[in-house]
Amino acid sequence: MYQTNYHRASSVQEAVEMMSNVPEGKYLAGGMTLIPTMKQRLAAPSDLVDLRHITEMRGIMVDGRSVRIGAATTHEEVATSVEIRAVCPALCGLASHIGDPHVRHMGTIGGSIANNDPAADYPAAVLALDATIVTDRREITADDFFTGLFETALEDGEIITAIRFDAPATAAYQKFANPASRYAMTGVFVARRDNGEVRLAVTGAGSNGVFRHRGLEAALAANWSPDAVANVTVDASDLLSDLHASAAYRANLVRVMAKRAVAAA
Amino acid sequence: MANIRMTVNGRQVSGVCDDRTLLVHFIRENLGLTGTHVGCDTTQCGACVVDMDGQSVKSCSILAAQAAGSTITTIEGLAQNGDLHPVQEAFKAHHGLQCGFCTPGMVMTAVDMIRRHGGNLDEETVRAELEGNICRCTGYHNIVKAILAAAAEMGGSRQAAE
Ligand SMILES: Cc1cc2nc3c(=O)[nH]c(=O)nc-3n(C[C@H](O)[C@H](O)[C@H](O)COP(=O)(O)OP(=O)(O)OC[C@H]3O[C@@H](n4cnc5c(N)ncnc54)[C@H](O)[C@@H]3O)c2cc1C
Ligand code: FES
Ligand code: FES
Repeated sequence: MYQTNYHRASSVQEAVEMMSNVPEGKYLAGGMTLIPTMKQRLAAPSDLVDLRHITEMRGIMVDGRSVRIGAATTHEEVATSVEIRAVCPALCGLASHIGDPHVRHMGTIGGSIANNDPAADYPAAVLALDATIVTDRREITADDFFTGLFETALEDGEIITAIRFDAPATAAYQKFANPASRYAMTGVFVARRDNGEVRLAVTGAGSNGVFRHRGLEAALAANWSPDAVANVTVDASDLLSDLHASAAYRANLVRVMAKRAVAAA
Repeated sequence: MANIRMTVNGRQVSGVCDDRTLLVHFIRENLGLTGTHVGCDTTQCGACVVDMDGQSVKSCSILAAQAAGSTITTIEGLAQNGDLHPVQEAFKAHHGLQCGFCTPGMVMTAVDMIRRHGGNLDEETVRAELEGNICRCTGYHNIVKAILAAAAEMGGSRQAAE
């Protein structure tokens, strides 16, 4: 790892100030992506501003069906939250299958979303749940937030402080995990509202990162049943092809995971 | 440079290191506690697992500076007055180790697993929870047996104490 300078912030405002005073800083949350990347010398921030001790960024609030998760809340805290389980158990299930127990004890929802790894799990949930990403300066809808591979709408120095959404009537996440890394080779999060509206987001498969599949959404809005998936075509030309799976294989996985998700919802 | 203070195995410790120093190196090199191992550079093997503020973490992927002010337990902190911890006893009784390289991380992981699940652990859960720990020798079977035995014993002794 290259040399770096560590700073610990105790409030969002302090973190933003610290960041504005350093040449090439990066925020550090759970560090479960950033530290391994720095160890590989694939990132070399001059400074790290640690967000883990900012109490206003931690914790879960559920009021009726509206859910607010502080950005520095760990995967473990989401996985075991009784409040979230009562209104959106699919999100607890998703969090409980991220990495391993030690990674879940450190890794955070804000870090996962800010990183926008094309194979990460949370981006699919945030997009399908039509969540709002709250930052130190504005609110961003999920549709506007994810802009490409490891790319988001965040500006320099902008901090995600919380994720907010209204729990849908029903939802489910199904992931086809890479047998070695456990990252999603294809993961599908589907959510259905009381008014019949369906949002379905796919991770692990898109060559531009997480995306909504409008064809599957329309088919499921018309007929909420696993069989509705059968007649939808998934275009392989926008999908990832790598040593783990070809685009055609992933296109089929999108349909299979969608079918399983609807069956599980 | 970072001036680090933390509590390790019940003892107040301090030391000076680079801001970039990993917790595992601080533990091994500054504190001389070499039971915590480094087995990979990809955060995947779990040989480095320690307990930080009551939860298992991979000390190879946390800076010592991030851990400043925290309470750490390493494998050296488990035995009390010369008596092995029940998980250590179970690994010994069930041949849960061969070369022993992964063992400190496996034992720390098992202690954390039993903390969260109590005596209710079943084989499937133990195997799923070992996702972040790699063993090149044992084939895991005796590790799983040892953890189940320790969970039963610790669950049982907790009941007896109540
Ligand atoms: C062995 C292993 C297995 C894993 N398996 C999975 C898996 O199966 N699925 C999965 O989805 N993920 C997986 N991960 C990644 C894990 O979920 C990470 O925790 C997560 O991607 C990043 O969260 P973090 O809190 O650790 O962020 P960090 O590593 O601290 O930061 C990541 C990036 O986000 C930025 N950032 C962090 N917080 C904020 C914020 N609040 N506002 C703005 N920017 C911020 C940082 O500057 C950095 O660029 C795995 C990781 C490991 C090591
Ligand atoms: S040394 Fe920490 S996970 Fe391998
Ligand atoms: S006993 Fe040798 S690596 Fe596990």
